[in-house]
Amino acid sequence: MAKHPEVKINVQGGGSTAGIQAVFNGTCAIGTSSRNLKPEEQGLHIFTMALDGIAVIVHKSNPIMDLTHDQLKDIFSGRIKNWKEIGGMDKKIIVVTREEGSGTRGAFEELIMQGAVISDACLVQDSNGAIREIIAATPQSIGYISAGLVDERVKAISIDGVYPSVANFVNGEYKFVRPFLLLTKNEPSGIVKSLIEFTLSPEAQKILQHNGLIPVNEINQ
Amino acid sequence: MKEKTAEKILLIISFSAIISLLLITIFIFIQGVPLIFKVGLKNFFSTHWAPTKGYFGILSMIVGSLLVTIGALIIGVPLSLACSIFLAEFAPPPAQKILKPIIELLAGIPSVVYGFIGIVILIPLIRNTLGGSGFSVLSASIILGIMILPTIVSISYDSLVAVPQSYREGSYALGATKWQTVLMVLFPSARSGIIAAIILGMGRAIGETMAVIMIAGNALKIPGSVLDPVRTITSTIALELGYSTGDHRAALFACGTILFIIIVLLNIIAIKVASRE
Repeated sequence: MAKHPEVKINVQGGGSTAGIQAVFNGTCAIGTSSRNLKPEEQGLHIFTMALDGIAVIVHKSNPIMDLTHDQLKDIFSGRIKNWKEIGGMDKKIIVVTREEGSGTRGAFEELIMQGAVISDACLVQDSNGAIREIIAATPQSIGYISAGLVDERVKAISIDGVYPSVANFVNGEYKFVRPFLLLTKNEPSGIVKSLIEFTLSPEAQKILQHNGLIPVNEINQ
Repeated sequence: MKEKTAEKILLIISFSAIISLLLITIFIFIQGVPLIFKVGLKNFFSTHWAPTKGYFGILSMIVGSLLVTIGALIIGVPLSLACSIFLAEFAPPPAQKILKPIIELLAGIPSVVYGFIGIVILIPLIRNTLGGSGFSVLSASIILGIMILPTIVSISYDSLVAVPQSYREGSYALGATKWQTVLMVLFPSARSGIIAAIILGMGRAIGETMAVIMIAGNALKIPGSVLDPVRTITSTIALELGYSTGDHRAALFACGTILFIIIVLLNIIAIKVASRE
């Protein structure tokens, strides 16, 4: 910003689908998305600025430390209903999910559900923060949030024995990682190009890392 | 001359209310109705809602909205009526002076605060005593029941107070007790006002969004018990509008049209009931 004081950047929220649509419509110069593009959304220039793990979280008092990928699918699709079926307490599982259209939900469906349908009986909340609040307050609950937002009030669990840690994201052991994308309609040029170059520079990547995301330059190394 | 201008200005202002209502109605219907016919009534009135995958069933939300509204009435109406009878007939004037403003103050509390209180107090209470997640039809009904109190109390209070004093005197003269007077004379005379109050409360309950999102759990499944979570039409619109595009967005407007139709129907029923003598 110091180099280009004359440039104003307007940032608008609305979620991944809105970000992708806005680039298609030409209403913005750069769109952002927290999930991969769907087949019907191809044709844009894509720059991965960072990666973000999706962590499955439970209440701190929950003795479960690890679930298999299949168990997770069964829990979120409603086939496993009680913690004791997977070696936990004899309590009903309260599953919390994101709303339709959310990028985090889209990524979770793509990476973890893989075609299985998230059950209608799940509680629905419209932000990572709201899900974390419910999990922190409800002993028998389970949900998923962006790994960068896991804090000491909830417990992230391992999937197939791999814990969602930055080290495991970087070495590729943890599979449930989604990209944060910058999207442009045409080959970026001028000021748009310099902004994207800045985002990918070590300086900006350090800022992203500081905020709990996985910088792309580490992945590329 | 001056008077004429003032009259014209006031006329325009009063028309602006009608025009904005018309514009809102037309806008919602233009945005929403085409989708209903595009996906077909069968899809639209099914229980499968996954708008990003082509399923637009809103039946469970209609049921959800009706359930929490009925729940709110079951909890709110007896409380409000008892309250307005006490205020109008039994309360000594000093108590009346303190109580009425306090109850009206309830209407001024923002709904997000009701939701917050629900999350912090009611939900853990229900989870620890009755089980389930606490996010439920019951908690939404209780919070909404409290939220509709001021509406119902103040309107039914006004209609009870408006009953002519001679009716009460006539009733006492026939040997009726105070309670018999309330039940057999005041209630029937104030009936249309009380029904209007209940309908307005019902409108508030069915249209309430923020508090319901925070405490109802928003699960799409039709609840099997009062301890199950529930999704209302308004919460769906508010939860998903931010991320929606294309048909999904149109589907949310279609939800709006259904909500609009339900509320208009409720009002028509209310007017009919109130005017039947």
